[in-house]
Amino acid sequence: MSLLDYFLGSRKKSAHVAKDRLKLILAHERSDGGPDFLPALQEELLAVIGKYIPVDKENIKVTMERRGDFEVLELNVLFPDQR
Amino acid sequence: MAKIVVVTSGKGGVGKTTTSAAFASGLALRGYRTVVIDFDVGLRNLDLIMGCERRVVYDLVNVIQGEAKLQQALIRDKRCESLYVLPTSQTRDKDALTTEGVTAIMDELRKEFDYIVCDSPAGIESGALMALYHADEAIVVTNPEVSSVRDSDRILGILAARSRRAEQGEEPVKEHLLLTRYSPKRVEGGEMLSLEDVKELLHTPLLGVIPESEVILQASNQGIPAVHMDHSDVAEAYKDMVARFLGEERPLRFVQPVKVGFFKRLFGG
Repeated sequence: MSLLDYFLGSRKKSAHVAKDRLKLILAHERSDGGPDFLPALQEELLAVIGKYIPVDKENIKVTMERRGDFEVLELNVLFPDQR
Repeated sequence: MAKIVVVTSGKGGVGKTTTSAAFASGLALRGYRTVVIDFDVGLRNLDLIMGCERRVVYDLVNVIQGEAKLQQALIRDKRCESLYVLPTSQTRDKDALTTEGVTAIMDELRKEFDYIVCDSPAGIESGALMALYHADEAIVVTNPEVSSVRDSDRILGILAARSRRAEQGEEPVKEHLLLTRYSPKRVEGGEMLSLEDVKELLHTPLLGVIPESEVILQASNQGIPAVHMDHSDVAEAYKDMVARFLGEERPLRFVQPVKVGFFKRLFGG
């Protein structure tokens, strides 16, 4: 960092950038990414539900998220309009 | 009742083996019967850091495969009476460690020792999983640097999910964070993550901060665990960390930049 930068205070400190980047990526990896078995679980659920009701692959969503001390597995199935 | 402590990190080169050697020696200096085990099969190094490489005859894998008794493989430390080293094997066979074999060794060691320190290999593969499986407590070694912090976060997740305690629904592994290679001057300059930053990112209680120091290389050059490098910052920092692990209160030291006086700056020294 040059003396000029110091006086102008123009550049963000690199440690600060590191912290911000880590905050984002760790939050993402802890929740959104979810465990490795989610895609497989989604496939199998689709197969089971599909045995009884026809569902499109796009209409089934499995997500896992952490809420405080709990992990919540959320299953969203959108049934086709039957009328 | 013996306690099993894993020293782990995910990332390589952050100071796991240095810490294992210093921590185990520190526990022994406090009078505890301690054994430190190298789990890095194929890349034996703990023996060098402990300075006992020329006394290795049998290793962990020999014991697991029944080629030697545990007593034959344990090497008594030359500095601390109550400290033993169990070296790993140089074999390239990845599956040399078996869950049953490691469990049997742990059960036997539990009868003889107060503390069993497991030096984990880097990565998150079988060797690392084997090292953390039996742990009661974990020391996660982290450098104030992005990739190390991210890998530590991964390892904390694995500790919570894949340890014996997690699998059997017992009280979870007690986690400790150890920051190594810390440079207060660079933190002050805003070019290194601070200990508060890392603590906040990893949500893990801080066991200690080991300052960046040339003494670490001098110690490993000579095969002397860092805690024995008398009058050095790192030795003191490791002793503090051992004391905190044993439940004592110790203020953090070596986390403020050293102020260089005007005359010292002028004349050097």
